[in-house]
Amino acid sequence: MIRFIDYLKDRQRGLRYLFYGLIAGIFIWSMTVDTSHAHTWLEKHIPGFWSIFALVSVIVLIFFARWLARAGVEQEQDYYDD
Amino acid sequence: MTTSFFFHPALILILGAFLLPFFKGPFRLPYQILVPVLCFIDVVYLGFHPGVYGQLNFLDWQLTFGRVDGLSQVFAFIMALMAIIGTIYGLHVRDSRQQIAAWFYVSGSIGAIYAGDYLSLFLFWEIMAFASTFLVWFNQADKDANAAGFRYLLVHTFGGLLLLMGFVLRYQATGSIAFELLDYDNASLYTWLIMSGLMLNAAVVPLHSWLPDAYSKATITGAVFMCAFTTKTAIYTLARACAGFDILIVLGVAMAIYGIIYAINENDIRRLLGWEIISQVGYMVAGVGIGTALAINGAAAHAFAHILYKGLLFMGAGAIIQMTGSSKLSSLGGLYKKMPGTLAFMVVGGISVSAFPFFSGFVSKSIIIAASYQEHLLWAGFLLTMVSAGTFLVAGLRLPYLIFFGEPRGSAESFEKAADPPLNMQMAMLIAALLCLAIGTWYPLLYSLLPYQDALYHPYSGYHLSETLQILGFTALGFMLFKDRILARATISLDLDWFYRRGGQAFQWLAEKPIQWLDTAWGEAYRIVGLGSLMTTARFWAWFDWHGIDGVLDGSARSVRSFGRLLARTLQRGQIQQTLCYTVSFVAIVLLIFIWM
Repeated sequence: MIRFIDYLKDRQRGLRYLFYGLIAGIFIWSMTVDTSHAHTWLEKHIPGFWSIFALVSVIVLIFFARWLARAGVEQEQDYYDD
Repeated sequence: MTTSFFFHPALILILGAFLLPFFKGPFRLPYQILVPVLCFIDVVYLGFHPGVYGQLNFLDWQLTFGRVDGLSQVFAFIMALMAIIGTIYGLHVRDSRQQIAAWFYVSGSIGAIYAGDYLSLFLFWEIMAFASTFLVWFNQADKDANAAGFRYLLVHTFGGLLLLMGFVLRYQATGSIAFELLDYDNASLYTWLIMSGLMLNAAVVPLHSWLPDAYSKATITGAVFMCAFTTKTAIYTLARACAGFDILIVLGVAMAIYGIIYAINENDIRRLLGWEIISQVGYMVAGVGIGTALAINGAAAHAFAHILYKGLLFMGAGAIIQMTGSSKLSSLGGLYKKMPGTLAFMVVGGISVSAFPFFSGFVSKSIIIAASYQEHLLWAGFLLTMVSAGTFLVAGLRLPYLIFFGEPRGSAESFEKAADPPLNMQMAMLIAALLCLAIGTWYPLLYSLLPYQDALYHPYSGYHLSETLQILGFTALGFMLFKDRILARATISLDLDWFYRRGGQAFQWLAEKPIQWLDTAWGEAYRIVGLGSLMTTARFWAWFDWHGIDGVLDGSARSVRSFGRLLARTLQRGQIQQTLCYTVSFVAIVLLIFIWM
């Protein structure tokens, strides 16, 4: 298993393209899938709605978490020791 | 009351814990496995014989120790199963006190689940709180564990008091201590008190700070037990008493978001997993708040799946702490070379919590989201889906990436000595990992246990698969683009426990400085003015009593005094942990006698 991971690590560029191909495939599949079970109007009419939603979610979460940390929530590890 | 056989599963664990110190050498290992397995068999047996058992009259009240129905059964089943896995994980631990505390803790959980009235619920509730505190205190490796244990105990005592006040007020108002669904439309003070008491154990924001605080300080096996029982038992009680309380939807979604935001910033691996428990329990609380049959099924299924994958993640985190001596992401990294087995197990845990198709989260989490859409709570559905993306970001990507990949950030020697953990720990992780996979692929296994069989969900539809894959794929893309912003930083994040930690420090200052001074001054004045004359008279009467009267009465006072001294020497060593341990054991014995009678 260690050798397998090292093998993959030596081929990062290839892996990255594989990953891009995979999410492109997921995106294209989402446009053909039957949306009759969709919960809302948005999902039915925006192609790849959940892809956009997930990407926006991650960006919002990361940036909000960092903003919160910088706003004073983040402290040194010995904060409570004095 | 049915006539079929009933032996309380919690009693097996309590008795097992009492007898554990007598099993030594070659008998210890089989005994340690036998006890939780017997408990599990008992729970499974009860599953085939639903009914109400163990009713007894105590003073004016009727206590019910065994309410076995669909809702209690699914929770008891997973708790008993997790007790086996956790015990296997801790087999190598020589300190049998940890084992005893853990079994007491599980017995509290199972007892609370089967309890049919508030009094017995409260009894087991407190056993759970006390026993788990010891799992924090027994951690010798961390000097902060002692203080964290006290904070944990104080917070849970407060929660227990809320519950106690709630059900006593309810008894006064309604004359009943039956533990049943509360009336939301005619809610009064006691409804909110009971709900808050239960919510504290479920770590609902803003009553949540105890969880990451205590779970990151517990012993390695202790944390594996703790991550399963307290919050999920509380979910059961909320589903029993507060199903359909609208306010819980808001609180559940809030805690799901709050937990994931803090997990993104967290540096300590067990604190990170603790934040994620809060986030995942948020789904269940929201499910309870929605309260439809589908939503309650979802909460139960998600609790079931959650116990397994979160146990797996905590076992992996424990293995890393045990083998490297570090729990901080800022001093880990590159460990795939040393701990490939642990990597594999943690990845299974991570993709289970992220709801990958064919893993357990996929068939459980989506029930709650589907239930929120079904009730036209679109905001809840969308926000919970957003948290799903965050969950994959944290548990599926950030955590394994920072532990196992990149350059080692810790000391060279701790990296060199790292290796996969002992066999029993790997076995426990393997069992949990296989169960995660089994539930995800063969989901009727889990669904057949759910309380409402007429409201089941079908996870494997083309649309749901496409939705999940899009979320996972594009979360991974987001991680690739922005991972530099959420790398390991050696910091802590302030939380609401700031108020009682800083408040506690202020109180201590107040107690040490002005109040102590006043007390000393008062004592001094008293000594000079009043005490002198009093002591002289007292000394005379004491002499008369001792030599005059007791001499006549055969020296009985003397023997009482020496016995009292012996008792005081044993019981009052000034170590509050020991005193508490004796108190709790005493309560357990009393309980045992009650159940038997």
